[in-house]
Amino acid sequence: MKIGRRGFLSFVIGGAAGTALSPLPWKLTDDSSIWTQMWPWTPVPKDGEASCVNSVCTLCSGGCGITVRKIEDRAVKIEGMKGHPVNNGGACLLGLSGLQLLYGPTRIKSPLKRTGKRGQGGWEKISWKEAVSEIVEKLGNLRSKGQSHTVGFVSGSDRGTLPRLFERFLTAYGSPNLMRMPSVRDSYELTLRMMQGVQALPGFDFENADFILSFGSGIIDGWGSPVRMFRANSAWQNDNVKVIQIEPRLSNTAAKSSKWIPINPGTETALVMGLAHVIIKEYLYDTGFILNYTKGFEDWKRLVLDNYSPDSVAAMTGIDSGTIAILARSFAKASRPLAICGRGDGSSSVGLKECMAVHALNALVGNVNKKGGVWAVSDTDYIRWPEIEMDAKAAAGMQHERLDGAGSKKYLFSRYLMNRLPEAVNSGEQSPLQALFVSGANPLYTLPDTKLTEKAFDKIPFVVSFSSYMDETAQHADLILPNHVFLERYEDVPAPVGLIQPVIGLAKPVVEPQFNTRHVGDVIIQMAKGLGGSVADAFPWDNYYSCLKETLNDKWETLVEKGFWSDTELMSPTLESPFDTVSGKFEFVNPDTGSMPQFKPVSIEGDERLYPLVLIPYDTIRLANSYIGDPPFAIKTVEDTVLKGKHVFVEINPKTARSAGIHEGQRILLSTPKGKAEVKIHFFEGIMPGIIALPRGLGHTAYDDYLAGKGVNFNTLIGTVEDPDSGMDAAWGIRAKLSNV
Amino acid sequence: MSTLDDHTKEISEDTSGGAASAKSPDAKMEKQDNGPGGPIILFFILGVFASLIMGWIIFPKLLYSQKKQPIDFNHAFHVAEVENGCESCHFFRKDGTFSGAPKLEQCIDCHEEIQGVDPDEIKFVEEYVSKEREVPWLIYSKQPDCVFFSHVAHIKGADMDCVTCHGHIGESESLKIYEENRITGYSRDIWGKSIGGFKKNTWDRMKMDDCADCHQKYSANIEKTGVKTPTKRLVDHMIEVVSPGSSISGKGDSVQTERDACFVCHK
Repeated sequence: MKIGRRGFLSFVIGGAAGTALSPLPWKLTDDSSIWTQMWPWTPVPKDGEASCVNSVCTLCSGGCGITVRKIEDRAVKIEGMKGHPVNNGGACLLGLSGLQLLYGPTRIKSPLKRTGKRGQGGWEKISWKEAVSEIVEKLGNLRSKGQSHTVGFVSGSDRGTLPRLFERFLTAYGSPNLMRMPSVRDSYELTLRMMQGVQALPGFDFENADFILSFGSGIIDGWGSPVRMFRANSAWQNDNVKVIQIEPRLSNTAAKSSKWIPINPGTETALVMGLAHVIIKEYLYDTGFILNYTKGFEDWKRLVLDNYSPDSVAAMTGIDSGTIAILARSFAKASRPLAICGRGDGSSSVGLKECMAVHALNALVGNVNKKGGVWAVSDTDYIRWPEIEMDAKAAAGMQHERLDGAGSKKYLFSRYLMNRLPEAVNSGEQSPLQALFVSGANPLYTLPDTKLTEKAFDKIPFVVSFSSYMDETAQHADLILPNHVFLERYEDVPAPVGLIQPVIGLAKPVVEPQFNTRHVGDVIIQMAKGLGGSVADAFPWDNYYSCLKETLNDKWETLVEKGFWSDTELMSPTLESPFDTVSGKFEFVNPDTGSMPQFKPVSIEGDERLYPLVLIPYDTIRLANSYIGDPPFAIKTVEDTVLKGKHVFVEINPKTARSAGIHEGQRILLSTPKGKAEVKIHFFEGIMPGIIALPRGLGHTAYDDYLAGKGVNFNTLIGTVEDPDSGMDAAWGIRAKLSNV
Repeated sequence: MSTLDDHTKEISEDTSGGAASAKSPDAKMEKQDNGPGGPIILFFILGVFASLIMGWIIFPKLLYSQKKQPIDFNHAFHVAEVENGCESCHFFRKDGTFSGAPKLEQCIDCHEEIQGVDPDEIKFVEEYVSKEREVPWLIYSKQPDCVFFSHVAHIKGADMDCVTCHGHIGESESLKIYEENRITGYSRDIWGKSIGGFKKNTWDRMKMDDCADCHQKYSANIEKTGVKTPTKRLVDHMIEVVSPGSSISGKGDSVQTERDACFVCHK
């Protein structure tokens, strides 16, 4: 039978009719709709049992408690821990993005050894055994040649068992060169040492203060313990607490304050002195406190009254004398006024005299060591390890002066001067450091004058980084021994910065280590054991875990269970317990150095004729500015007026811009005596004329595509200005100019 | 005009209602070869049958691939051994979430050592228990990821039996072949064994309509708790749109986002 056209057509029609009566089209439609929702590249979170782990965030010095939600063995969310004395359930942007630092692509997956030239990115994987034995061999050689003092260690912090292990290692090995990264804590610690004779941390009773005078401190821009400050700031808004923000730029903090007073940058100390002048002259100070508990007031009073009348201060600061007088009176008349300093997020130091002046202002109104005031908080004394028995080599090494000059005749009371290290390394023909270890810090990004720092690092023959991420410092290292990230390791986190209660937090592993990483504490112990002799004897523990558990002793159980330990029987330091100075009193004038709070202008780098503008940095909570770079979630929140594509915006007052013929959005070359960078212009009424500002936390050359190459690292444009009293960096800006690209 | 009429007449004679564009020489040839109309219908019927066979018999065979579970499991035996029925192994966690297929953790108490001589038992202990590997069970009732289903609401809240949806799997002595849909990757049990979607028992299928069946049936109870079937919800909304104010359910916010609407189950 021949199939004709008609036959074929009727077969097709019959087929269509039959198909419609079969489940085929309906089933295929259903399946394909399900299929479209099931693309293999769509990430599908695994289902399973949910659990929570209490830990502590160590991404900054804030010490917030966190509760990490897990599904099976995967961490899926970080939340603030409810009931924690620092953050009580709150969390910041960086903390919330913490999982990207655990699972993100920038982690170093195993120990690495440099193959090509420094900084060129050639690496080979090595085993932990090889890595540790290479270090042990290097250190053993240096020590046998009597050069143990040429080994240095840079740490992000100096508190808690981990930094104390670094210190212990160096001491037993024979080097005094443990360095902590700079911050405003340096200034505050030195101030407390000079005026109260104590080695203590500053604590601020923000929750009970009723008038806040902030000299540029970014209260909601990352200063102090960020979540605590956010909470305090909200409470102030509800309780009508006055917050006065003094800085040249309308920061987020200034915008949320009761009053923003723009000031010529770098003249904050002059204003403090002016306020003191009014308070003293009008007898508004706390006479009881001044008479009974202070020394040197008369000398300081003379200095203040002679030099800092509101009119002369007005000329220095650009704030009119009437405002100064009113501010002084309202500060002194408040019942619990509190003045704080440390610009922006407090990640750089301020000059000693500036910090002393602010502290003296607090003392004038008598709010030292009392409710709503500034407290000197001693570290909780829980680390009690046996004395180190140094051998002759160690003792000889420890006799050498520190490379950064801290504790030397010139800077007797300074403890760490990391900012001076690059200069010290660069100054000689040979590097005075033969080996440098870096942990919890990224000096090649965070130290001012990146070029100089890089030069110094490249001069040091052996650099070891313990970074978990391929950051700028790791890129320039010879060996990278990746540490577990904070969600994979144990670590004690003592007293969060600025808090008055003694709190110890315990970071503990939320998940198993994802890669072939090792706890830096374990590596230090293994290094010591490898070196043998008295160095090994100083480390009687098998590993870091047993060291930590033994050290925390009776607090261990509580810490593991709750995630933190705090002293509930907290007693405020009373004025009955005298100050630890020789006189037993609060000293306006330090008897050893004769220094007292006063305004000594810090002149910034650059010739005014060549560089007519002044460049200052600013911080925002959206940009992480410490050794941790912004994770992808966080960088996404940065506004289009700060960063657009790869370009960062420099803020400029429209008046300044127009007089120079610059328009909004223009691409322009920003140059300072330290460097040049192409930026875009953003008009901002909230910045004083003649001043321009760039955010910190951008311009990474390391990390992933989300962060690297975006904007400019402020530190490439600024250098350090040494504070003559302390050796700390006191630079608050640098002269700059804008020119066509 | 007359030509057209002639043609129409001719074609209607030829094909009894077939296609209407043929020219006379072809028509004549067919007329000679095939006789009037019959074979055309035959082709039509052939087409219908062929596609019916394709749709009802061949298509399901092509659509599903057959997979064996990694090891066999005797539900009947285990149910007899445990005290608490299904919930002994398929339990609710403290937070109310459902544990689903058991993990090694639940098996290990009895199966740390090999029990008996069953080859699957030996394989289970050697391949999984001693190597601490979870058994990659193929889940017959796994729903697409966009579907949110709460066991606790149905078992504890509505006091339902496992059997209502999962059938008498607890009485089975071995695991059946897992038929995987080649397009979606899900088990055949969701759509049901019957390719036509027909079912005799409540546990024969697990599509949305089957949820709705039950929700519809018990709507009297459901009204009390405020839960409505997706279909009813949709119909109510359509009524609301066409004739505002007339629907008994009153004004809704959004068919998708309001309480108890689509997003309760579809994430």
